[in-house]
Amino acid sequence: MQDNRDKKGIARRDILKGLAALPVLGVFFASAGFKSAHDKRIRNSILQELDVKAAAPPPSGPMSGPPINIGIIGFGGRGEHLTRALGYATPQWIELIKNDTLAPPHDTRLKDYFEQENLNVRIAGICDVFDVRTEMGVAAGARNGHQAKAYRDYRAMLDDPDIEAVVIATPDHWHAPIAIAALQAGKHVYLEKCMTHKLGETYELYETAKNAQAIFQVGHQHRQTQSFLTAQDIIRKNVLGHISLIQTNTNRNDDVGAWQYDIHPDANPRTVDWQGFLGNAPSIPFDAEQLFRWRKYWAYGTGLSGDLLTHDYDRINCLLNMGIPSVVTASGGIYTHRDNREVPDVFQVVMEYPDFFMGSSQAEGKEKGMAFLYSASLGNQYDRGTLLMGHDATMQLGQALAVYADPVSTRYLPMIEEGIIQPDVPIYAYDPSAEGIDAVTGATAKYFANKGLMYTYRDGKRVDSTYLHLREWLSVIRNGGKVSAGIEEGFEEAISAHMATIAYRTGKRVEWDPVARRIKGFEDGALEAIGMA
Amino acid sequence: MKTPASALRYSPSQLNLLVLLRLAIGWHFLYEGIVKLWNPGWSAGSFLVDSKGLFSGLFQAMAANPGVLEVIDFLNVWGLILVGLGLMLGALTRWAAIGGIVLLGFYYLSHPALIGIQYAMPTEGSYLFINKNLIELLSLAVLYVFPTSHIIGLDRLLNRWFTRTDSGSAPAEQSPAQRRSQETNIAS
Repeated sequence: MQDNRDKKGIARRDILKGLAALPVLGVFFASAGFKSAHDKRIRNSILQELDVKAAAPPPSGPMSGPPINIGIIGFGGRGEHLTRALGYATPQWIELIKNDTLAPPHDTRLKDYFEQENLNVRIAGICDVFDVRTEMGVAAGARNGHQAKAYRDYRAMLDDPDIEAVVIATPDHWHAPIAIAALQAGKHVYLEKCMTHKLGETYELYETAKNAQAIFQVGHQHRQTQSFLTAQDIIRKNVLGHISLIQTNTNRNDDVGAWQYDIHPDANPRTVDWQGFLGNAPSIPFDAEQLFRWRKYWAYGTGLSGDLLTHDYDRINCLLNMGIPSVVTASGGIYTHRDNREVPDVFQVVMEYPDFFMGSSQAEGKEKGMAFLYSASLGNQYDRGTLLMGHDATMQLGQALAVYADPVSTRYLPMIEEGIIQPDVPIYAYDPSAEGIDAVTGATAKYFANKGLMYTYRDGKRVDSTYLHLREWLSVIRNGGKVSAGIEEGFEEAISAHMATIAYRTGKRVEWDPVARRIKGFEDGALEAIGMA
Repeated sequence: MKTPASALRYSPSQLNLLVLLRLAIGWHFLYEGIVKLWNPGWSAGSFLVDSKGLFSGLFQAMAANPGVLEVIDFLNVWGLILVGLGLMLGALTRWAAIGGIVLLGFYYLSHPALIGIQYAMPTEGSYLFINKNLIELLSLAVLYVFPTSHIIGLDRLLNRWFTRTDSGSAPAEQSPAQRRSQETNIAS
């Protein structure tokens, strides 16, 4: 029988069987295309409803012109990090990272450091009360034949006309005295948080900075974190509805996280200017424990309030501008590190904002007021996350952010009923690191990274947020403009933290008088008794 | 004498199920590739970083180097798509099966289901040594030794075409009845 075979011997039957899968492929592409269009339609209708823009970072200007001569006051762990972020790592740090056998395999710290932009600054002076640290700082600052000067007393540094700007990373009790003196000497100031240690000096620094020509920035580097800029837009668009509760936390469970730092074996009364360390603190004989672990003692530190609550407070304040709370209550104790420390290691703070209102999807007048809750433990490191809880949605805030619609939200209920929004799937998720891979060493480092305090992202590339924050300060010095954490933000941060400390230490509610701009109801004596006047 | 795979004969249900298995695995590969292709933000990075087991250092190193990661992402997406198309269309099917086995082998080795290993990414089932990647890999191995694309698939046309071109003559003529017999009788 003659088959329908062509010249190459291919019959119709061969063609039919050869191409038998084509209809399946057709079904595949039709259904894949349909699914993709369906997903896109839902995504677009949600995005259209939310109208949130993943924000571009605020521009900071060029670093051109003559180099700025910077003095570093306080070259401890934080001072060293700030100096490195300015482009001057200590030789010891470079060796340490090179030989860090415990680092994850994709550790890029050294590469990130060497690739960081030149900020065109010179480390002109290093001031520390411990000679070993001063020498380390001087070694870090030496470059191209230029040598940083060593100072034991900050006043000598401030008298030096070559120094144009200072970075202050001392213990908290030295923050305000040095910052006030520096501003009065006409130096630009980058000051670590907590901005101050006591109430009186907070008011004084506020007046000094308001009247100074020099540029003043507080070290709240997370203001550079890209996810926070996106979160600001989410708040502006009122995506969450009326926010009634904010939950922030600190959870750490290691010695470094509990400020139990190493004591340097070479520290002794000959290598340490002990009176220079004590300053306005009560006079006691040399005590290396108090020198290196000063964060555990009220005379020098501000405890969990000034040390860590301030980060969480300012992270939220830069989104909501809620300012100083009307009332603060606090409680806690030393429950996990009973090592003769004075500051609590489990700490709860509630800040009340009865007049807070940024918009609502419900009837006018139904909603007003908000509470800010901070809860800390230095005996457990489970990450409880930061939550902004609104009537319409909840925002999880960290290095990445996610927004979940509330199942009974007034605004989203129609979209939930239509199946466009599912309450257990984020209606908005933003991860600026999506194109990069992270390496974070150590539990405390991870804690800071999750809060956007260690690094952030620019164009999908990881950058040190401290470097960006310093860059912003240098740009305002060079090109003009406004810093993101100036004296107003620093004042609100410091007063709110001090209200929490006073509430904890006196066991009383602490109220703020917004007209007089003073804390209400405390005699000076009561505050003096706890060293907070 | 060893029987060449292309001379294997299947019962209709054997043939149908083998073709169905080929189409299903092809569909899965193709969709995995297409989804990644259509999502410009996709990268294998987070999957590789989560690697555990004997070869985790190698996979994590791949993720750490942006240049290498870019090449891996490209090869993975287009590998998945080509393997998927090959299996579905029945074109160069044995090469597609080998490609699929290599890809699945990498997935399995980077995330082996071993005792004492926990992954950051949740799995939808419970596995001990054997997981779905390994089962899909073994299924492809079955499809490799029991090929069907010379009967149903583009390989049938390619075989005819190249056999004709190479030898200069058409394969021996067979009646439809003879062919039916060849396709449906199981190899003895």
